[in-house]
Amino acid sequence: MRPLTRQSPLDEILAAANQVVLGKSRQTRLALCCLLARGHLLIEDLPGVGKTTLAHTLARLLGFQFSRVQFTSDMLPADILGVSVFDRERGDFRFLPGPVFAQVLLADEINRATPKTQSALLEAMEEGQVTTEGETRPLPQPFFVIATQNPSNQIGTFPLPESQLDRFLMRIELGYPDHGAERALLESGGRREQLPTLTSRLNAGDFAALQAQAGAVHASAAVLDYLQQLVGATRQDARLVHGLSPRAALSLLAAARAWAFTEGREMVLPEDVQAVLPSVARHRLRLLSGNHASAEDIAALIRAVPLP
Amino acid sequence: MARNLKTIGRSSAAAWSSAALEHGAVPWLLAVALATAGPHFAHLPWWLSLLVGGTLLWRAWLWQRRRPLPPRWALALLVVGSIAAIAWQFRTLLGKDAGVALLVVFMALKPMEMSSRRDALVVVMLGYFLLLTHYLYSQSIPTGAWLLAAIGLLTGALIRLHGGPQPVAAVLRHAGLLLAQALPFMLILYLLFPRVSGPLWGLPQDAYSGLSGLSDEMSPGSISGLIVSGAIAFRSRFAGEAPEKADLYWRGPVFDEYDGQTWRARALPASATGQPPVVEGIGEPLAYSSILEAHNQRWLLALDVATLLPPESTLAPTLQALAREPLRVRARFSFASAIAYRANVNEAPAILQQALALPDEINPRTRALAREWAARPPEKIAEAALAMFRNEDFYYTLQPPLLGANAMDEFLFSTRRGFCEHYASAFVFLMRAAGVPARVVAGYQGGEVNPVDGYLVVRQSDAHAWAEIWLSGQGWVRFDPTAAVAPSRIEQGIVAALPQGEPLPILVRLDSDWLRQLRNRWEAANNSWNQWVLGYNPQRQREVLSRLGWRDPDWRSMSASLAVLCGIALLVVTLWTLPRRLAVDPVQRAWLKYCAELKRRGIARADWEGPLAFAQRVARERPDLAALTDEAAGYYAELRYARGDGRDHKLRCLQQCVRRLPPRRRKRS
Repeated sequence: MRPLTRQSPLDEILAAANQVVLGKSRQTRLALCCLLARGHLLIEDLPGVGKTTLAHTLARLLGFQFSRVQFTSDMLPADILGVSVFDRERGDFRFLPGPVFAQVLLADEINRATPKTQSALLEAMEEGQVTTEGETRPLPQPFFVIATQNPSNQIGTFPLPESQLDRFLMRIELGYPDHGAERALLESGGRREQLPTLTSRLNAGDFAALQAQAGAVHASAAVLDYLQQLVGATRQDARLVHGLSPRAALSLLAAARAWAFTEGREMVLPEDVQAVLPSVARHRLRLLSGNHASAEDIAALIRAVPLP
Repeated sequence: MARNLKTIGRSSAAAWSSAALEHGAVPWLLAVALATAGPHFAHLPWWLSLLVGGTLLWRAWLWQRRRPLPPRWALALLVVGSIAAIAWQFRTLLGKDAGVALLVVFMALKPMEMSSRRDALVVVMLGYFLLLTHYLYSQSIPTGAWLLAAIGLLTGALIRLHGGPQPVAAVLRHAGLLLAQALPFMLILYLLFPRVSGPLWGLPQDAYSGLSGLSDEMSPGSISGLIVSGAIAFRSRFAGEAPEKADLYWRGPVFDEYDGQTWRARALPASATGQPPVVEGIGEPLAYSSILEAHNQRWLLALDVATLLPPESTLAPTLQALAREPLRVRARFSFASAIAYRANVNEAPAILQQALALPDEINPRTRALAREWAARPPEKIAEAALAMFRNEDFYYTLQPPLLGANAMDEFLFSTRRGFCEHYASAFVFLMRAAGVPARVVAGYQGGEVNPVDGYLVVRQSDAHAWAEIWLSGQGWVRFDPTAAVAPSRIEQGIVAALPQGEPLPILVRLDSDWLRQLRNRWEAANNSWNQWVLGYNPQRQREVLSRLGWRDPDWRSMSASLAVLCGIALLVVTLWTLPRRLAVDPVQRAWLKYCAELKRRGIARADWEGPLAFAQRVARERPDLAALTDEAAGYYAELRYARGDGRDHKLRCLQQCVRRLPPRRRKRS
């Protein structure tokens, strides 16, 4: 029989990324999907498990202009967006763009910043433009935010509010590396040194074309039925404060399309929806106990909804 | 993927038919060959039946042993040899028998080179064609039933060819369902399709040689030869009460020329043909209609004597009803007859002359006896002859001794054992010798009412011969000398008249009640079949339609309503099946069936599990089912979740996956 999947240009990028970020191929793939689906990515985990490395690796492999901001509690919005300074020679104010004017903004430890700074960034994420001092300036295209955050029960953090978490298409967790990956890491040393040697695998415009292809992956009525039933189930689940919003459903579909695309398939299968559901839904669903839904909760949800 | 699918779509028909024939499909085609060729064995030469049977057995053996088929040159030799043998046997390759023999040989030999699906399709098509040729030989109910079953088998073979391996019962059920769906269309076409007049099956000329019945001459043994047949000659139904058995004389050929051995119906002299017969019925005429079996003669066997004839027929000068053409197919005629009559009171002198003619110089003793009576009036002479038969020791038997040159002398004075033809011819000889115009009339006497459908059935065993003499003032008067010898022949029928031990067909001599009842039912069913299926001609069609309230349909309005009714039937079938089709998607059904089959084999799909995920799990847990499940899941995923492209082919592949699953393992001990 003909294989349902075929070779994809993304395979090469994923393979290269997995050379740097060891033992995290699923998370790498999810991160790539998120970008393909034109979404912002939130990576949440303990310090030191490779969040920044993953973000940095993806940006370099995709050939994006990249800037990095380490968020701190005393950071101001202007530190991200940019400031106007007086140019003596021209006798006029000149705008110095902040780090947000990049294709990929790596926002490290976003939950260390104050809500005011956070919301300045989140506005840029939503609108694709920045307004300072009465002037609106467009951000480069594409524009991605890959934010990392420490688990919010750590000291000195400002947890992102629900509405702002919703701006991120996916939230992924990296977790500890497995035994083999960690041994490889130990034997070869840290991965940061490799980053400057990574070269882009794509030309300008390639990624936009890939995004368009991913967006064109066929989602049949059957799979839309299934997706709607899943979303409906979150809305009826008595343990949840509220269900997934229509925007979340759109995000879920976009993510599932991208996942199918990275698998080299031309149509979305229920498996694709199931694969991206935890990353898309967990940070959007809150249990009555106040915690976000766990991976087990999502697995239970999947098991509770039969394929139509 | 898309390019891949397109190539499949474009070349799939050619690829399908040139693909190798599955081993499991061969028995179906051999069964088709046997079912369509087999019944022809009854009339094929024995060597041909042997050849066909042997070839099919050989093919079955090759199939069972999975041996290769014989080489081409051997087959070519076999074909040429068979054709030559057929040409030698039939002296031609054209015509019904030789043509059918050729087809049967082709049917037997085609399986010998059957290696691709295309060959198998040729066998099926040949089967359909061969099936039709059976109607050239028989159009009876068993033939119809057999052909219907064979059509089921042919449909099954097609289903098996296209649908892949599946249980025999499922194939036959599917075929039955398809045929049942065709039933409403069959009924509409049967009822409304404009009929051509003439038989349903136009037969070539050589088809009529085997018809039996009265012949146009009578020699000793010709009627007794007919009597041992239980075949039906004709059936009649009277509008009112049927007359007494003793009055049922059905008139066939009239013999007025005797050469000492044989009575013949002579061509009438030219002077007689100008004069139409004059019949004066006494009393109310009886109306009835008869369904005559084909007998290849013109006479219509009307009840003596016909006063009202069906169209396109005439009353001959010798008073029998004649059709324009010999009767080659079963047909229905309506008559009215008068049992009591005065016929041809003013007979043409030429006919009377002929009715006195005798060959010279034979039967001197008979002539002497007649001369003794010659002085008496004609009625007295006839009575004297009857009295002689009645009072002296004459016997009625089917096995009379052979008679020599002076047949009448020997019969009347020494052997005295005979059958109706002996008595009738002796009586007429005596009359003519005594100067009374007389002639022999052949036909049927009596008949038996079938209580099942009320038809009076007249068989070949009711064949009879009697005498007529011409009396001035009364015309032709019937005398039946057999009645004088064996009155029970006329009053009760042939079985009562003949002593036990005489050879009579089992169908005629039925002692047990239930056998007789069974025969009656079977014959009534045959009669309905003849009338409603075989004899459904334009006239019959008009009768049926006018009974349904449609007066005077012409072929245009019939064709139009045919189209409309077929359209309505199609619409009804569509509407009836459409909702179910929508409710149960065949793709979903096939996949769920596959999953159910896997569950029986010990690995169940969770209801939330997607096809590829399930296939991966199967690959881990049951490597033996991995490849097939991977294939099935792939087809299902494409059918259900991809854009439509080549769906039918993929659906068939998915459905075949279900059938290709290995049989379930029995519980290990």
